[in-house]
Amino acid sequence: MAWTASRLAAALLLAALMLALAGLAAGSEGWSFAWRDEWDLVAAIRAPRTLGAFCAGALLGLGGAVAQGLFRNPLADPYLLGSAAGAGLGVVLVLAAGGLLGASMGLATVGWLTRLGLVGAAFFGALAGVSLTLLLAHGAARPLVLLLSGVVVGVLLGAVSDLLMLLSPDAMRGKQVFLLGTTGFLGWESVALLALALALTLPVAVRFARALDALVLGEASAASLGLDLPRMRLLLVAVMALCTGSAVAQTGLVAFVGLVAPHLVRRCVVVTHGALLALSALAGGVLLLAADVAARSVIAPQELPVGVLSAVFGGIYLMVLLRRRQGQGVAL
Amino acid sequence: MIALLQAESLALSLGGRRVVDGVSLELQRGQWAAIVGPNGAGKSTLLSLLAGLRTPEAGSVALEGRPLAAWPARERAQRLAWLSQQGEADGEIASRDVVRLGRLPHHGLFGAVTARDEAAVDAAMQETECSGFADRRLRELSGGERQRVLLARALAVEARVLLLDEPTTHLDAPHQRALLRSLVARARAGAAVAAVLHDLTLALGADRLVVLAGGRIRADGPPGDAQVRATLVDVFGQAFVIERIGTAGGDRWVAVPAP
Repeated sequence: MAWTASRLAAALLLAALMLALAGLAAGSEGWSFAWRDEWDLVAAIRAPRTLGAFCAGALLGLGGAVAQGLFRNPLADPYLLGSAAGAGLGVVLVLAAGGLLGASMGLATVGWLTRLGLVGAAFFGALAGVSLTLLLAHGAARPLVLLLSGVVVGVLLGAVSDLLMLLSPDAMRGKQVFLLGTTGFLGWESVALLALALALTLPVAVRFARALDALVLGEASAASLGLDLPRMRLLLVAVMALCTGSAVAQTGLVAFVGLVAPHLVRRCVVVTHGALLALSALAGGVLLLAADVAARSVIAPQELPVGVLSAVFGGIYLMVLLRRRQGQGVAL
Repeated sequence: MIALLQAESLALSLGGRRVVDGVSLELQRGQWAAIVGPNGAGKSTLLSLLAGLRTPEAGSVALEGRPLAAWPARERAQRLAWLSQQGEADGEIASRDVVRLGRLPHHGLFGAVTARDEAAVDAAMQETECSGFADRRLRELSGGERQRVLLARALAVEARVLLLDEPTTHLDAPHQRALLRSLVARARAGAAVAAVLHDLTLALGADRLVVLAGGRIRADGPPGDAQVRATLVDVFGQAFVIERIGTAGGDRWVAVPAP
């Protein structure tokens, strides 16, 4: 069967629905579909976690598709461009500040305002991270230099985060959760924030999708079509930072979803960026939802951090991708 | 003839070297001009200055009598189409969607695509014979196929001024000829066409030759002008000779390697 955009969307929606049902049923004591009997548990823990995982994955998928279009590089990913490390540093700053002020700030216990503060800090951190990467790489024209710069910035900002931990050991627990990446602390406040971020970023990104199409021609050709590239780039980097920042603030460092989701979509269908962005969000949501259900059930009653799962599978995917690109003689 | 594009005393240095040095040029409606010269002569830089993609250190460019910078970006893009050298374009969108980008200056980022836009896309794809791979990804095409798609993108703008940087790259001989026929047809329909060409025999078929070397115009006139041909041979270090051949359509000039 040849995939079309609408067929792929339908298949992804169906997968999301089935995974959501699985997410509502997966508990520490195995699968349970007797939702009426354990309604409190489902409503308070499993439902927000399931919905939150989908929204966070969608934001990561969208952020990845925007990054790949914007930097004209299919290997671009918010995590490889320093924005996730920047977002992580932003969050650690807030946690450390809370620690210094004497407040106990585990991710599980924080309330609305703090979560909003975390999103804000993660957003500006992500923006700073990707800006630093672009500065170091002298723009985005050379993919390999860009990726290496992203790695350098990631290491550097990660080291600053570690240094902050020395100053504020109380925030260590929050930081630990962060490094692993987890969907375990997603509550309804998280869901609301993630959904709000998705509602803000997806329409804006899709609206500017034709600019990403034009960038396929190269910077100068896109400019010759009358596009105000500097302003559009700023806007789309902000969209990417908000996607990454809001997801990182709620789930920690869940790597590779942003890289893999757009790739899977492009493997199935030939589409312009308008459809690619929306489908990548959907695919990202399905990926993280699947990772979340697997993380809860693989070694139940214990739980795997979802970030570990996504890093293992995403890392393998990236390796295969690199090999294939080298095999095709595509310059990195 | 009416000048659609006028450049006055253009100058630009790159990396401390004067790449374009006091170039004045008029591109007229109804005429197709070939810009030729040895490597490093400043041809591509000149073309990007004419397209307003670089800012000159000195001099100015006017489109239809109005300075380029004074045009709103979209209106300018509707009137002036530019084709870059092929290396830059790369992506996984379908060929037809690449050609559709040529209509972006008309419908804008947020406007609806009209039947008029689709007709222009169809016509441009037929003109460069790329309808057969309309649904294939740009990245999966051969060099020649990709060039035809990118040419169709430039033609789909339906601009009055066409600036093409090495449009015949990767094209086989039949498609080179077809392209030149298209350029002539566009010019005869009222456009001003300028193309940087490396194939001198193709260039000698243009209405006008602009011979560039060291960032300056060394000769500018029809290929029939003996002085223009002599300068052309001269700037290439006498590496070739130009011979006349008689055809049914009249005399033609061809460049052949010097003995």
